[in-house]
Amino acid sequence: CLYLSHADKMSVYGPVVKIHPVVLASIGDSYERRNEGASRVIGTLLGTIDKHSVEVTNCFSVPHNESEDEVAVDMEFAKNMYDLHKRVSPSEVIVGWYATGFEITEHSVLIHEYYSREATNPIHLTMDTALQSGKMNIRAYVSAQMGVPGKTVGVMFTPLSVKYKYYDTERIGVDLLQRTRDAPNTTNGLTSDLCQVGGAAGRVQDMLATVLTYIEDVLSGKQMADNSVGRYLMDLVNKVPKITAEDFETMLNSNINDLLMVTYLSNLTQAQIALNEKIVVL
Amino acid sequence: MATRKETPSTPTAPMASTSPGATLDSPVKQIQIEGLVVLKMIKHYQEEGQGSEVVQGVLLGLVVEDRLEITNCFPFPQHTEDDADFDEVQYQMEMMRSLRHVNIDHLHVGWYQSTYYGSFVSRALLDSQFSYQHAIEESVVLIYDPIKTAQGSLSLKAYRLTPKLMEICKEKDFSAEGLKKAMIGFEHMFEEVPIVIKNSHLINVLMWELEEKCTVADKHELLNLSSSNHLEKSLQLLMDRVDDMSQDIVKYNTYSRNLSKQQQQKHQYIQRRQQENAQRQTRGETPLPEEDVSKMFKPPQPPPRMDTLLIAGQINNYCQNVKEFTSQNLGKLFMAEALQGHNS
Repeated sequence: CLYLSHADKMSVYGPVVKIHPVVLASIGDSYERRNEGASRVIGTLLGTIDKHSVEVTNCFSVPHNESEDEVAVDMEFAKNMYDLHKRVSPSEVIVGWYATGFEITEHSVLIHEYYSREATNPIHLTMDTALQSGKMNIRAYVSAQMGVPGKTVGVMFTPLSVKYKYYDTERIGVDLLQRTRDAPNTTNGLTSDLCQVGGAAGRVQDMLATVLTYIEDVLSGKQMADNSVGRYLMDLVNKVPKITAEDFETMLNSNINDLLMVTYLSNLTQAQIALNEKIVVL
Repeated sequence: MATRKETPSTPTAPMASTSPGATLDSPVKQIQIEGLVVLKMIKHYQEEGQGSEVVQGVLLGLVVEDRLEITNCFPFPQHTEDDADFDEVQYQMEMMRSLRHVNIDHLHVGWYQSTYYGSFVSRALLDSQFSYQHAIEESVVLIYDPIKTAQGSLSLKAYRLTPKLMEICKEKDFSAEGLKKAMIGFEHMFEEVPIVIKNSHLINVLMWELEEKCTVADKHELLNLSSSNHLEKSLQLLMDRVDDMSQDIVKYNTYSRNLSKQQQQKHQYIQRRQQENAQRQTRGETPLPEEDVSKMFKPPQPPPRMDTLLIAGQINNYCQNVKEFTSQNLGKLFMAEALQGHNS
């Protein structure tokens, strides 16, 4: 029988939550800068609401105080910050709030009520920055009424499915940030032009090596041949365009000529302006 | 007599030059940016900066020894017409006050701007950066190139004004003599500061998780072979600038021609005067009064050199970008050739 983990189960009622990586990095950063004694931080989530999904694109943290019996949220601050953010991106609205930590406490219910006044059906996002369960457990919830109507009514948080959405440029930015994981000092410089092409080519080479080892295993009988994989391999090999040698030579040469000419012209221009400067200064 | 043998001095370790190019003699030798700032800048441009408008924002951080650490940033709203009395300073003050409440560094250390194909060397940039650097000595301007980033690798550069240029801006002496005195060429206007990206350990954990959860395939835009579109636009901009430059040169030529003509006229006038005076003396008449020659021949206004300098710097920048681009593409073409050769 199929076992779906709680967080992965598709929620029937709620929308899909799409998060941008900048939101998560922001939450992590505000957790690191929290006040002494605070065990968790909360903040507002901004984004856009669609028919079936909620896209969270920005967030800011809101100072709050939490003790055993009461919780105080600086609502004035939250309103101010939202106004300031609205000036920059007028299309972003409050879509919910976030909290770091693993569990949902009763205080969360109160805070959620406050946010329900600001946005229709707000989303609650939790991120376990203390890594209590060994992972970061990013989850989203939406509140639903439960209980006996008319008598004791309560609120239940139903989980939603979380996806991550990237713009293209964000993807590239995140790729660069990924590389800081391996560096010993968690630092990374930005590489220069040709090195980048070399790096990308290296990555493709690694992928090809993996594919080759798989093929050799299949040929020597160590692994079972899989037809779908075989079809992908056919596509891969056919992707290299079949061009006759002369045509390719002419194409290649004309492209190389273009590029070399442009390089020559730009060098010429640079020499010209340098010369111009020297003559004027004389 | 004990002969003192001079012990050979221990060879000093070879000077490892960390920064590419000349060592900077400015207070900031390296910039350390947090991943969060990078993501925020990307997002700001992506959402608000479509088209060829620039988006700007403020950088917050602190200075540690000779490093400038940038830990957060916030964007500036666009200048719209109906917001004529929009108080930028007030927005900034409020933002920084609010951020201070949540323990975010509220020290202003610079600003960032997006650029269109690398065209950012302008008077406006110079003025803004000068006012920043005047107020805060270590400030930098980060130039983010979204189009180059979309082609495969993050393009982020940090610039400061050289101390020489700072001197000139302070005195507001943009004439030719001033610039000649300071010996400024277009290469000495801005200095680039190397950038390093640093992530805290928590963010690193986040990165691991994202990699696991999100299996978006590597897009490989970097290995894209098509180049003509980008090249065309870059060359177009370069040509426009070169046209500006040539106009400037023509102006300067006419000025110098006018100047030399005027000098000639001056000499002629003085000579004539002297001749006349000599004649009059021989005839015994009083010599004509010496007239102030300089007032009669007003020297023509020399054209401002600052614009030329900026244009030259911009052209230089374009050329650098084009060369980088072509070198990348040449590499890619050779790889494609190898692939074909393998096939056939």
